[in-house]
Amino acid sequence: MPEKIKITINDREYEVRPNQTIMQAADSVGFRLPRLCYHPKLSIEGACRVCIVEVEGMRNFVASCAYPIYDGMKIKTNTDELRRARRDIVELILDNHPMDCHTCERDGNCELQRLAYAMGIKTRHFEGEKKNYPIDVSSTSVVRNPNKCILCGRCVRICSEVQSVHNLGFSHRGFKTVVMPAYNEAFADTVCSNCGQCINVCPTAAFVEKNYTQDVFQALSRKDVVKIAQVAPSVRAAIGEDFGLPAGKNLEKETAAALRKLGFDYVFDTQFSADLTIVEEANELLHRIKTGGKLPMITSCSAAWMKYMEQFFPDLIDNISTCKSPMSMMGAMIKTYFADKIKADPKNIVSVAVMCCTAKKYEAARPELMVNGMRGVDHMITTREASWMIKSAGIDLVNIKGEEFDEPLGMSSGAGTIFGATGGVMEAAIRTAYELYTGKEMPDLDVKAVRGLKGIKEGAVMMGDKEIRVAVAHGLGNAAELLQEVRKNPDKYHFIEVMGCPGGCVGGGGQPYVGLNCVPLDENLLRKRAEALYNADRNRKIRKSHENPDIKRIYKEFLGEPLGKKSHELLHTHYKQHYPQGIIPGGGKC
Amino acid sequence: MHNRSLEVFGKAGYFNSQLRIALRNCGIIDPGDLDDYLNVRGFEALAKVLSGIKSEAVIAEIKRSGLRGRGGAGFGTGLKWELVAREKSDQKYVICNADEGDPGAFMDRSIIEGDPFSVLEGMAIAGYAVGSDKGIVYIRAEYPLAIKRLEKAIEAARKQNLLGKDILSSGFSFDIEIRLGAGAFVCGEETALMQSIEGHRGMPRPRPPYPSASGLFCKPTLINNVETWANVPVIVVEGAEWFSSVGTEKSKGTKVFALAGKINNTGLVEVPMGTTLRHVIYDIGGGIPGSKKLKAVQTGGPSGGCIPADLIDTPIDYESLGKIGSIMGSGGMIVIDEDSCMVSIAKFFLEFTQSESCGKCTPCREGTKRMLEILTRITEGQGKEGDIEKLERLGNMIKKSSLCGLGQSAPNPVLSTIRYFRNEYEDHIKNKKCTAGACEKMLSYVINDKCIGCGACKRACPVNAISGSTKQKHLINQDLCTKCGECYKTCKFSAIDKG
Ligand SMILES: Cc1cc2nc3c(=O)[nH]c(=O)nc-3n(C[C@H](O)[C@H](O)[C@H](O)COP(=O)(O)O)c2cc1C
Repeated sequence: MPEKIKITINDREYEVRPNQTIMQAADSVGFRLPRLCYHPKLSIEGACRVCIVEVEGMRNFVASCAYPIYDGMKIKTNTDELRRARRDIVELILDNHPMDCHTCERDGNCELQRLAYAMGIKTRHFEGEKKNYPIDVSSTSVVRNPNKCILCGRCVRICSEVQSVHNLGFSHRGFKTVVMPAYNEAFADTVCSNCGQCINVCPTAAFVEKNYTQDVFQALSRKDVVKIAQVAPSVRAAIGEDFGLPAGKNLEKETAAALRKLGFDYVFDTQFSADLTIVEEANELLHRIKTGGKLPMITSCSAAWMKYMEQFFPDLIDNISTCKSPMSMMGAMIKTYFADKIKADPKNIVSVAVMCCTAKKYEAARPELMVNGMRGVDHMITTREASWMIKSAGIDLVNIKGEEFDEPLGMSSGAGTIFGATGGVMEAAIRTAYELYTGKEMPDLDVKAVRGLKGIKEGAVMMGDKEIRVAVAHGLGNAAELLQEVRKNPDKYHFIEVMGCPGGCVGGGGQPYVGLNCVPLDENLLRKRAEALYNADRNRKIRKSHENPDIKRIYKEFLGEPLGKKSHELLHTHYKQHYPQGIIPGGGKC
Repeated sequence: MHNRSLEVFGKAGYFNSQLRIALRNCGIIDPGDLDDYLNVRGFEALAKVLSGIKSEAVIAEIKRSGLRGRGGAGFGTGLKWELVAREKSDQKYVICNADEGDPGAFMDRSIIEGDPFSVLEGMAIAGYAVGSDKGIVYIRAEYPLAIKRLEKAIEAARKQNLLGKDILSSGFSFDIEIRLGAGAFVCGEETALMQSIEGHRGMPRPRPPYPSASGLFCKPTLINNVETWANVPVIVVEGAEWFSSVGTEKSKGTKVFALAGKINNTGLVEVPMGTTLRHVIYDIGGGIPGSKKLKAVQTGGPSGGCIPADLIDTPIDYESLGKIGSIMGSGGMIVIDEDSCMVSIAKFFLEFTQSESCGKCTPCREGTKRMLEILTRITEGQGKEGDIEKLERLGNMIKKSSLCGLGQSAPNPVLSTIRYFRNEYEDHIKNKKCTAGACEKMLSYVINDKCIGCGACKRACPVNAISGSTKQKHLINQDLCTKCGECYKTCKFSAIDKG
């Protein structure tokens, strides 16, 4: 195979790498052909036909996303006939789409809207009947609106190919085709893990999060309750994108200040409870190792992963750490420890979590996580919802003067920060477990083997003379692959971290929609968001969870000791098998 | 071997100008009896290739015969075999496409019901030629008799070691399995068909890769149509020279058509390629009933084109039909007489393709819907200036932009009727008139002087649009009339004019 081959695009010759599609080759020499169903992380669908081009010698147009180049290929991307065909195709999509852009959640960052503009659709030629289906709001997390769906199939593919959930598929034929779960089951009753990746990849608003901003605004206007917010690590690493800032800016203090301006009485940091999680989890790991408990131990912080595990890997329930997630630990501490401190009736506390996640909406409602009969987290809003609230209330996040989180649940170590990136929980746990086990300081706190975006990462840490073998998976598809391996080979690892979303929480289903010319799940974007967290860790004086003075204080004042009676009651939970129903096999991929 | 049907059926006009190769045994042998098939030189072709003919030679023979796929596209069969044979793989598949989704088509069904062994034999020969040991017949579940006969035939062939391990002690193994389709038209498209066999929703995928390189379960796959398969044993036994002596330069052999519509003799017709439409319609089909005038012939199934009466001297072959805006397709042939409205005909076919579109690609899913809406309003008297141009614009775009053959051909009935019967479209739009009188919504019912005022029409009218007192001439209120035709049917005095 020659190094380069020659192709002609619009009468100009280019030398390009062989073995790529027309779209890839065109992209590499400075084009950006219009596209909708194409996504670099997903299999080729070839469905929207927006990326069609002309190839000399072929009767029909070809989809550039799907067609391979060959030496001497002559391509036209911009003839009059092509321009009109593309325009008509996009118009046909619009003709079957509600024209409510100015009141739509995706106004301003909708791919269809951008494309319609780029195609120059000024007049409409073909309008007619439009689809009209009920909107499924049954789920705690994900709202499905088939009327806005343009049937690009990205959600179907991410749900099966990346997340291995297989909840979505095409149903019916012709004009009546709809994307839906099997048997059009209400979302709440499906295998949906609530990860929200369908929302992330949807070019329109056919999938959006269940919106709780009105509930939160209402709570904030109440005088008779104490309003408390907590903020997840990844939120601060991404929220700036919603305000036009470049990706990778850590807006920790600005976010705290903005939430206070919104009306929260206290703004706590989920990174504090991440430290708490690590202290409990590291102790749990060492306990299992010392007492011959079930190994490998698998992390439990990711809400989508928990539901997925209960459905598809119930045989591994005993391997799952009993620790609640940082969000739920924080919820529990707010409604007990902190309520005591301010002498408030926990019933009069409204606890709101701002998360990068959609699945945490589901987690917040789980009965197993109730604290003395109350929810630890009353409302969970995503980064996007928080951005909207901040904008809606006229708060200038970009130029605001930063503020610190509130005590005593606001101080965190660097270990709590990196929770937001894949491998972060593992790294944080190793820092603490190492020192608890060996009684010595860990020589290098950076555990490089578990960082980065490789789907499954493996590593080994020597704790004194004991080798601890670890593995990290992000994205449920990778998790499934890793756990199949665990089923076959149960002794291979001691400790496994799983995050439901690609990239970990920084790539969560509740994160800002990506800007112009950036693709959802873009690795550079995920890397930048993660870097914002790793930088914060590097600059922290305290980088180990167990050294966080407020963590020491909460054990002294309230919890007693890790894995103790109080911890057991408030910080740990249990899981149960769910029977998955309606799995739709994905199309055959070669 | 090929013309035994004549002996049985005699010299009836319907049969004596047909040449039955694919249908050679249909109605002649007992499809449930392997011995009967063996008696008409069945499995002789398989035995011949297994007795020492190299696989390359078998492929060369098929290539020389000029056989082209009978499933629609007319791709060279020998070339397709060669492409699969060339692939290196631990597993290859041979598929028989018996989805036959075209409404009104029953060629493939008749072959399987009447002569299942010939299909199995053809597949086994191909298995040997391309290096595959696994065949699959994908057949629609709506063909229970065909399925039963196929199952029985496979069973019988296995018992005689004509299928299975080490066939006729040649060392070559080949077995065949049946997979049922749920009756979606698009599942006849080869990539959708393979998705369906794999257990997924039958939706086509972009090609390349072609099935010959990556087909069923990502393995090299040879897929041919039932009729294509039925031709194979004949070519092997009688030789490529004989086969290619039938037909035209580029279209060899015969083609089976399902002759239907306004024609005296309906049924399956197998004629040499190159036969004219006139010969099929008048000499075999016996002409149009009721001495009506021929208006057009629609060939190629729901996505074929309409050929006007003045072109019926066109020879039937892949190229000639393509040139005049139609296709061979899988062999539908519907005769249309002067009573039919060409706009309605186009709408009828588009309704089918629109509802059978898999919904994957935008042009086919959304575009055919809009075309259908335009056609519907034209036939209902609501056509607008510019509608014809919109149909052409959409139709041409859909043909060039769609993902699979369904969308790429769905506009054919519309575009071909616009091409040859544009005046009818214009009549509907400008003069709100359907000359053929077929568009119900465009009719008006008017009571003439023959009315004796009996009141029967008034009672029959479901919307109370008719008024008039007894023994007086009645009147239809045109604003209320829904054109249901009940009054027209009820009147015993021919007092209602329809027009
Ligand atoms: C919408 C659509 C429906 C089709 N249906 C059939 C069918 O019912 N039977 C068939 O043999 N081929 C059908 N085809 C053609 C197949 O894709 C394929 O070309 C054929 O099976 C190849 O066999 P051949 O080379 O023997 O013709 C269909 C194609 C399209 C686009």
